[in-house]
Amino acid sequence: MADSGTMTAAMTGPRGPKPKRAFNRTNIMIYGTLIVVALYYALPLYVMIVTSLKGLPEIQMGNIFAPPMEITFEPWVKAWAQACTGINCDGLSRGFWNSVRILIPSLIISVAVASVNGYALSMWKFKGSEVFFGILMIGAFIPYQIMLYPIVILLREAGLYGSLTGLVLVHVAFGMPINTLLFRNYFASIPEELFKAARVDGAGFWAIFFRIMLPMSLPIFVVSLIIQVTGIWNDFLFGVTYISSPDRYPMTVQLNNIVNSVQGVKEYNVNMAATLLTGLVPLVIYFASGKLFVRGIAAGAVKG
Amino acid sequence: MALSDASDVTAQVGQGTPARKPTRIFKNLSSKIASLPMVFTALVIFVGGTVWTIVYSFTSSGLLPRLKWVGLDQYERLWSSRKWMVSIENLAVYGICSLILTLVIGFTLAALLDRKVRGEGMLRTIFLYPFALSFIVTGLVWQWILNPQLGLQNVVRGMGWESFAFDPMNNSKIVMFGLLIAGLWQGTGLIMCIMLAGLRGIDEDIWKAARVDGIGTVKTYIRVIIPMMRPVFVTSLVLIGSGIVKLYDLVVAQTSGGPGISSQVPAMYVMTSMFGGQNLGQGFAASTMMLVTVVIILVPWAILEFGGKKRG
Amino acid sequence: MKLTTKLMAFSAIVSASSASAVELEVMHWWTSGGEAAAVGKFAEAWDASGNKWIDGAIAGGGDTARPIMVSRIIGGDPPAAFQFNHGRQAEELIEAGLLLDLTDVAEAEGWADIVNPPNLLDACTVDGRIYCAPVNIHSWQWMWLSNGAYEKAGLPVPTNWTEFSESAGALQDAGITPLAMGGQSWQQNGAFGVISVALAGTEAWLAVNRDKSVDAVMSDEYTRVFEAFGAARSLSEGLNVQDWNQATAAVINDTAGAQIMGDWAQGEFALAGEVAGEDYSCLPGLGEVGVLQTGGDAFYFPVVDDAEITAGQKELAALLLSPPVQVSFNSAKGSLPVRGDVDLTTVNECTQKGLDLLAAGATLPAGETLLSPDTVTQLNDLMTEFWNTPSMTAAEVQSAYADIIADAD
Repeated sequence: MADSGTMTAAMTGPRGPKPKRAFNRTNIMIYGTLIVVALYYALPLYVMIVTSLKGLPEIQMGNIFAPPMEITFEPWVKAWAQACTGINCDGLSRGFWNSVRILIPSLIISVAVASVNGYALSMWKFKGSEVFFGILMIGAFIPYQIMLYPIVILLREAGLYGSLTGLVLVHVAFGMPINTLLFRNYFASIPEELFKAARVDGAGFWAIFFRIMLPMSLPIFVVSLIIQVTGIWNDFLFGVTYISSPDRYPMTVQLNNIVNSVQGVKEYNVNMAATLLTGLVPLVIYFASGKLFVRGIAAGAVKG
Repeated sequence: MALSDASDVTAQVGQGTPARKPTRIFKNLSSKIASLPMVFTALVIFVGGTVWTIVYSFTSSGLLPRLKWVGLDQYERLWSSRKWMVSIENLAVYGICSLILTLVIGFTLAALLDRKVRGEGMLRTIFLYPFALSFIVTGLVWQWILNPQLGLQNVVRGMGWESFAFDPMNNSKIVMFGLLIAGLWQGTGLIMCIMLAGLRGIDEDIWKAARVDGIGTVKTYIRVIIPMMRPVFVTSLVLIGSGIVKLYDLVVAQTSGGPGISSQVPAMYVMTSMFGGQNLGQGFAASTMMLVTVVIILVPWAILEFGGKKRG
Repeated sequence: MKLTTKLMAFSAIVSASSASAVELEVMHWWTSGGEAAAVGKFAEAWDASGNKWIDGAIAGGGDTARPIMVSRIIGGDPPAAFQFNHGRQAEELIEAGLLLDLTDVAEAEGWADIVNPPNLLDACTVDGRIYCAPVNIHSWQWMWLSNGAYEKAGLPVPTNWTEFSESAGALQDAGITPLAMGGQSWQQNGAFGVISVALAGTEAWLAVNRDKSVDAVMSDEYTRVFEAFGAARSLSEGLNVQDWNQATAAVINDTAGAQIMGDWAQGEFALAGEVAGEDYSCLPGLGEVGVLQTGGDAFYFPVVDDAEITAGQKELAALLLSPPVQVSFNSAKGSLPVRGDVDLTTVNECTQKGLDLLAAGATLPAGETLLSPDTVTQLNDLMTEFWNTPSMTAAEVQSAYADIIADAD
């Protein structure tokens, strides 16, 4: 998978007509639009970053766009290592590894299951497969909070309530609708000749999946990875409901405790720092996954 | 490696015999076994959970789910609640705007990024990063930015446009658009990403052919590329649609449903009933109505979209 | 899971053989600075008794924490103790037999004699059995006034609601928002409750909230309340904030004249270095009716199979109400102790006013001990709509209010 990915990346560049000059009208329009839009996206981030670097008195002066007069990293230190969650004052660091332990199995299993689902649904339909898919699609629209109690009952009956296994299964189940759809529709757009040819060649379900489909679907794996990393990493409700011991709570429980106290002083700078810190893991994934965003793999394969 | 295998296969077969579809039960056994987790999830979690929810919507369950039947009482109360009516109206306004704008912005950004832009990685990450941030705090930041005394209005007035007024958070007529600004900010990045992945799957030759035929870039996108990306648009529609129906965190963080009840949404009605009012039955009745609406919209479309046998 | 069970069984054996230390997981939603410090007092006392406190803090208030606590109970793996507002929120759990009966602890410790006001214990009692341990008193009946704002406007600080209403115009002329009000519905309904006790009097209030009397809602006393609340709407114009403490901040920095908010607001004044009587004033019962609604928090203890944990739960319940713990906890949290026989370490002018009212027995049960959470939610929605819709008339709201009370159980 990896070597074919890099190979294809080298083979094919970005698409579209080649740009002729650096500063033609089209280019100015493209860059102009992108920069303006980027400003809209970056503005709240900018506010968060400058706020996280200010002291509380400066924040209360009320100019949210002003850069900090005196830069302080205190809020970041506090968010990571000192902020109190009830009586435990060790900040976000307390739940970091718990979150990692939840993320990795949930991520691997949910993406694996969803990609196989999508593959089976697009290439190997069987009687009733569309019905199950339809149910999943409707499931995508159910607010998950409604399922809180039925799932508690299910997990209790299965003897999995409170365990990591139970939580991982819940993440897999709730990630399934969107990700299955994602893979199904992607595989459906892969040229049919490829599949037929492989069948004629005697390749079976798994052989076609691993040797043909997987290497051709890097971009969609990236999208699925992005959705799942974000969803699982930021999950608060499932983590805190289906894990029954505070020692194993994910980091979002600490994040929630830092930013969401109802009564008492709001330390806006620490809130911002904690949010940005929590967002770092998905951010790293977004950035790193960019390399996998390659084009034209499917096309390359067909042309041979 | 896989690639060369695949091309070998293609080469061997050439234009030859079309393969027969694996229709027999035993032939498709691997597929069925591989689909077991999906079947289990669909039946046990989604069907099971939904049936459970519907059953309990006919009870007077409060803090705990209990089978004390009250018939249609919960539904009568639901439909006589002004908050619920406001919620539905708001969702319709927000939903239509969000659906159209997210698709347009998402696709446009993806298309622009796909035109050999320098710093694509950086820009893509900027567009996507809002998706990674918890809404409890980003809602607060938008509250600040849209606050007339702290945010945009103040800055624009400071630049000399004294009469500029923009205060969506405190005007019940336009508060949903204040939410929309933040919702688009958070959600368009992912749609852009999915569109980009779709664009990257389209054959380079299409572009060459379009250029040979003298079709302009924009026209090529509209006439050729978008129809080819139909599955990607379907994925995006479901993703955006489910996000709209489930809209909750953003509202809580930004407006708490206010001013008054003017930015209430159905999911918030459900959550407030279930966990604030400790009236599970009422929350389940509301969520059942949401589900019924989704099914009414989704099923005919799904039959059209997926029911037909396009390929085996 | 299995491993943890084994480990727990193992540690239970070890601890049983040593000093019978019990590990208890306690869930609560006290996470802000002062609150966390207060919980720390409980934990210290519990650890000092040779046991171990496992802290399960979930921020976001009851709406966030309650479903998690209920899930744990439904899932069959409950925490050893959890915090609820005392009131009708836990009613169903008690009826379902999921909570530990603390009557023997209460009798041994003589709670019936020491808990003041007695209605706190009533809120824990179902069919004569006691199911919770009240730990503090918070009351809604306060108006906080900025002395600085009144000085700026050249007015004396009002001593009751009538004077306050009369002074509002002059404050607005001086560019000061008379009444700071946050945008969340519970704040607006809470303020309405305070105004109704102050203007309609305790009897009418009890008739509405305890006896669910529709006639009382439609009475002249209450008409006056709805009109006053409607008139107050214009007093908060110009200050748009969501959170209650942003509204308090406006009083602290003298841009707003006053705020109606519970006694927890005093923590904000203290943090800002303000002194009661000098920088700010307080009017319990809006200066009209000197009475406090006594709400607050209580701990509940789910039923578990383990006899050792049950013993620990009862030990903890007794500890929470013991005099030193009551003093240290409530001093840190800024609330009032549930027993009248202890003295807080530091008492300012406002806290003293509250203590005096408690000692005089001028108390009312909290709204949440009389109304179900469902009714409270409906009232929140109605009052927030009233507050934010200038075109809604007091009469309209009054009849809608009567409908909700008629349906209340």
